[in-house]
Amino acid sequence: MNVSAVRLGYLSCHACGLLHRHSGPAHGLFCTRCGAALHARKQDSVARAWALLIAAYVLIVPANVLPVMVSGSLFGSEKDTIMSGVVYLWNDGSWPLAMILFIASIAVPFSKLGAMTFLLVSVQRRSTLAPEQRTRLYRVLEFVGRWSMIDIYVAAILTALVQFGGLMSIQAGPGAIAFGAVVVLTMFAAETFDPRLIWDPVESHGR
Amino acid sequence: MHGPHLHACHDCDLLQREIPLPPGGKARCPRCGAILYRRNVNGLDRTLAYSMGAAVLFIIANAFPIVGLAAAGHHTSTTLLGTVRMLWHGDMISVAGLVFTTTILMPGLEIAAFLYMLLPLKLGWVPQGLPAVFRIVHAVRPWGMVEVFMLGTLVALTKLAHLASVEPGVALFSFGALMFLVAAAAASFDTGALWERVEQLR
Repeated sequence: MNVSAVRLGYLSCHACGLLHRHSGPAHGLFCTRCGAALHARKQDSVARAWALLIAAYVLIVPANVLPVMVSGSLFGSEKDTIMSGVVYLWNDGSWPLAMILFIASIAVPFSKLGAMTFLLVSVQRRSTLAPEQRTRLYRVLEFVGRWSMIDIYVAAILTALVQFGGLMSIQAGPGAIAFGAVVVLTMFAAETFDPRLIWDPVESHGR
Repeated sequence: MHGPHLHACHDCDLLQREIPLPPGGKARCPRCGAILYRRNVNGLDRTLAYSMGAAVLFIIANAFPIVGLAAAGHHTSTTLLGTVRMLWHGDMISVAGLVFTTTILMPGLEIAAFLYMLLPLKLGWVPQGLPAVFRIVHAVRPWGMVEVFMLGTLVALTKLAHLASVEPGVALFSFGALMFLVAAAAASFDTGALWERVEQLR
């Protein structure tokens, strides 16, 4: 027995996991146990994930170019982008912090965009290559996305704390808005993507 | 209409027979390796206990300052809500909304939903609207980011440490503990046991 549930006429509830037998197109069906809407596959998964992903591609530019933090002091004001913040920490000798921020705010968002693109293209081309590894990649994506929020929280805490009038003050910059949007959009994209689509072409190849 | 002894993998849709698990065991999909379901020892009681603890910590974490800062004779401190308000007034409305949603709204909803479902079930009745509340837990989970916030706060404090003297507040420690309790409540939540319990009480 090595078949997907949908080929044998079963739908599983995405929320509680209960299996339902059905015949014909699954439309307007609800889980009999928890009431969630039932679909064989997440609706328009590929198109929706592409839309969210493209929006994220657009916004990652201002997220990295515009300042995420503006600090003003007696000696004028200083604007920090994500990268300049990391470089500053690195030169300052706090390289563990620099590493954390580099991974969370630069490495993760960019590799997430790349990996999501790869998954969507491979699903659209009905690739049968390494489905297990691709599923694992998807699970990693789902898990790491949230950690990119660190930079937003750092900016938020600094904004709230460093308010010493004209002496020194920190404000979150416009880059933070774009960066927050990138994190949210890629998280939605990962949630919209249906990993079962990876396996559908593998099965129809009769493996 | 159901197949009570069959299970479909949520990641690859492989149809397989459900097997009874020993307490504490978990079932993995043989094809893609996803965790299919687990049998937790006293799963529901544990989730309830962790959620009750989390509810108390959640209130403390929001009522007291997270951290204070002293520099050049000035002193500032902030609560979580104060942080959100500051962003809001600095015209960072979307960032304020994002911080509020991920650190207050979603974790609060998750804890409240656990208590709403599990306390009555423990006392012997099925609460009204349980299926809807169950779906809320499912939808809310990815958006509660207490642990990420905790790391962000620590990074911010380390950045400030050489600039001014930093005074960790009560809420900081509450957040640290809250992060573990929220994770423990979610990890011990046994959905199979939940529906069994509902079935028993009906």
